Amino acid sequence: MVMGLIDLKNVTYTYPLADEPSIKDFTYSFEQGKFYAILGANESGKTTLCNIIRGFIPDFFQGELTGEVLFNQEPLSHYTLSELAPYMGYVFQNPFNQITGARDNVFEEIAYGLENLGVAKGDIEKQVKDIMEMTNIMSLADKNPFELSGGQQQRVAFASILALSPDIFIIDEPTSQLDPQESERIFDIIHQLKNAGKTIILVEHKIELISEYADEVLVLEEGRLICSGKKHDVLSDISLKERQIDLPETTLLADALRKAGYNIPEKLITKEEMKAALMAHIKGVSQ
Amino acid sequence: MSLIEFNDVSFSYPNGFLAVDQVSFTIESGENVAIVGQNGAGKTTTVKMINGLIKPTSGKVYVNGKDTADYTTATLSREAGYVFQNPDDQIFHNTVRKEIEYGPRMLGFDEEKVQDLTQQAAHLARVEDYLEENPYNLPLSVRKFVTIASVLAMDTEILIFDEPTAGQDVAGLETLQHLLQQLQAMGKTAITITHDMDFVKTNFKKIFVMANKKLLRQVSPKALFQDRQLLEQAMLTQPFIMQLAEEIGLEDDILTIEDFVHAFSKNY
Ligand SMILES: Nc1ncnc2c1ncn2[C@@H]1O[C@H](COP(=O)(O)OP(=O)(O)OP(=O)(O)O)[C@@H](O)[C@H]1O
Ligand SMILES: Nc1ncnc2c1ncn2[C@@H]1O[C@H](COP(=O)(O)OP(=O)(O)OP(=O)(O)O)[C@@H](O)[C@H]1O
Ligand SMILES: [Mg+2]
Ligand SMILES: [Mg+2]
Repeated sequence: MVMGLIDLKNVTYTYPLADEPSIKDFTYSFEQGKFYAILGANESGKTTLCNIIRGFIPDFFQGELTGEVLFNQEPLSHYTLSELAPYMGYVFQNPFNQITGARDNVFEEIAYGLENLGVAKGDIEKQVKDIMEMTNIMSLADKNPFELSGGQQQRVAFASILALSPDIFIIDEPTSQLDPQESERIFDIIHQLKNAGKTIILVEHKIELISEYADEVLVLEEGRLICSGKKHDVLSDISLKERQIDLPETTLLADALRKAGYNIPEKLITKEEMKAALMAHIKGVSQ
Repeated sequence: MSLIEFNDVSFSYPNGFLAVDQVSFTIESGENVAIVGQNGAGKTTTVKMINGLIKPTSGKVYVNGKDTADYTTATLSREAGYVFQNPDDQIFHNTVRKEIEYGPRMLGFDEEKVQDLTQQAAHLARVEDYLEENPYNLPLSVRKFVTIASVLAMDTEILIFDEPTAGQDVAGLETLQHLLQQLQAMGKTAITITHDMDFVKTNFKKIFVMANKKLLRQVSPKALFQDRQLLEQAMLTQPFIMQLAEEIGLEDDILTIEDFVHAFSKNY
């Protein structure tokens, strides 16, 4: 096995008092600079996996963890949670839990993390401003972080982690409360992070955005990794539909068109790919 | 009189921020309505005025003939149940069963009725298997269904769901769809706030579009998704299949994959 940035080997984890493990014999190597999307039905173990990678399991949650979790080829347990903080940013599934409330406006809430990292006062203001512009929350700067709409809170939570500029982003459903345009903005930012060499581990249900932006896709089912690989290989696999995994509309449409007798190329997953294939067909017909 | 009536309603939060600006609409008994629109548009603020969690700063809200200004939240919550956007704002018991039983018990139903309502609600929200679990050990998606069940159990005429589709998988969305159909069949009135345009497309005939503190329009899915200006104003996007159809020049009304294949094979 290639050694990656984060390696999990035969990891199994059972919550205290639980009947069965929530993660079962999970082996995977996450490499530096790639964008990984984690898919799976509700309760399949996505958040649990994020907690293992971040070290919250076993530090916050007891229970039984077996197998190896390595960060830079060293056991993750050799690091304390706060030692990991500058390397790993974690955006929680419930944005309402992310806001510290240590400061009483959004600007200072975001600045708070940078103060804790020891960033010089003079640099903080500009960094916070840049992040707020990027995440489109400048207009919320003076607001109390607890007096925001759901989607506004989610953007603030995301921005507060973005500001810390960690090497690895673990992001658990960052667009669940967002309107369609803001969801696209988040993916656009994640894409920029990847281009800047960051490693992204993202849990997300918005499959069209994953098909466009991710590199690799991992699919969990009842705690097991049932398939993984390049997004074009995984997301074009129509058999995942029977396993209750949401697939891109392009995959579903390709399947429906093939059943209607059309010859559609393999492994199309995005709208642009489908459009190109259909335009080629139309051109062929009209000639 | 309509079951729900907003007359020129505005709301400012205690810090002075105007969140809803002169909104008027009516909803009839038995209707199934979606509310869509950009983050911060005022959707949550609007629906909280239906069950009296907040009262209008100006204008009138009538629910079942009652002017909400004249009634307590406790009284109004017998008319309208509200499922919070964040389930953790709502859950406070250490088992799912206690969480669901709490509402009907508060309303003073006898024990048999409490048990019946709890059972039915757990069934509809598909959380029967979790009744003895601690909600805090359940994933967020399931906690949302726990809060849905606890509101269903109060057997109100009006049900309001704030972002129930957030973070739901294929099965969760099916559960919601089935639930809305059941509520329709029972003659209930349902209001659902959602950002999921595919869910909107298949589950509602009437959609309220909000943006920037205002109710912009009440439309059908077709009318909404064909109105580029309206979509832009409310920061919405067309469902994928409609975008693709337009981009390759298919003329017909296309909302589903079946529509697409049908139209495509007719033309090419
Ligand atoms: N604190 C906990 N104690 C006991 N069991 C838990 C705890 N947290 C999660 N679980 C269980 O572990 C399993 C996986 O949960 P997890 O939250 O990882 O799922 P998920 O895939 O993230 O789901 P969702 O899509 O709802 O976010 C579930 O069966 C859940 O009930
Ligand atoms: N407690 C509060 N105090 C002051 N302002 C608030 C409070 N809650 C919300 N707001 C503001 O009121 C406006 C409307 O918020 P609301 O929660 O109704 O939006 P929404 O349409 O539900 O948005 P979302 O899709 O993000 O949930 C927002 O600009 C928000 O910042
Ligand atoms: Mg989760
Ligand atoms: Mg809201």
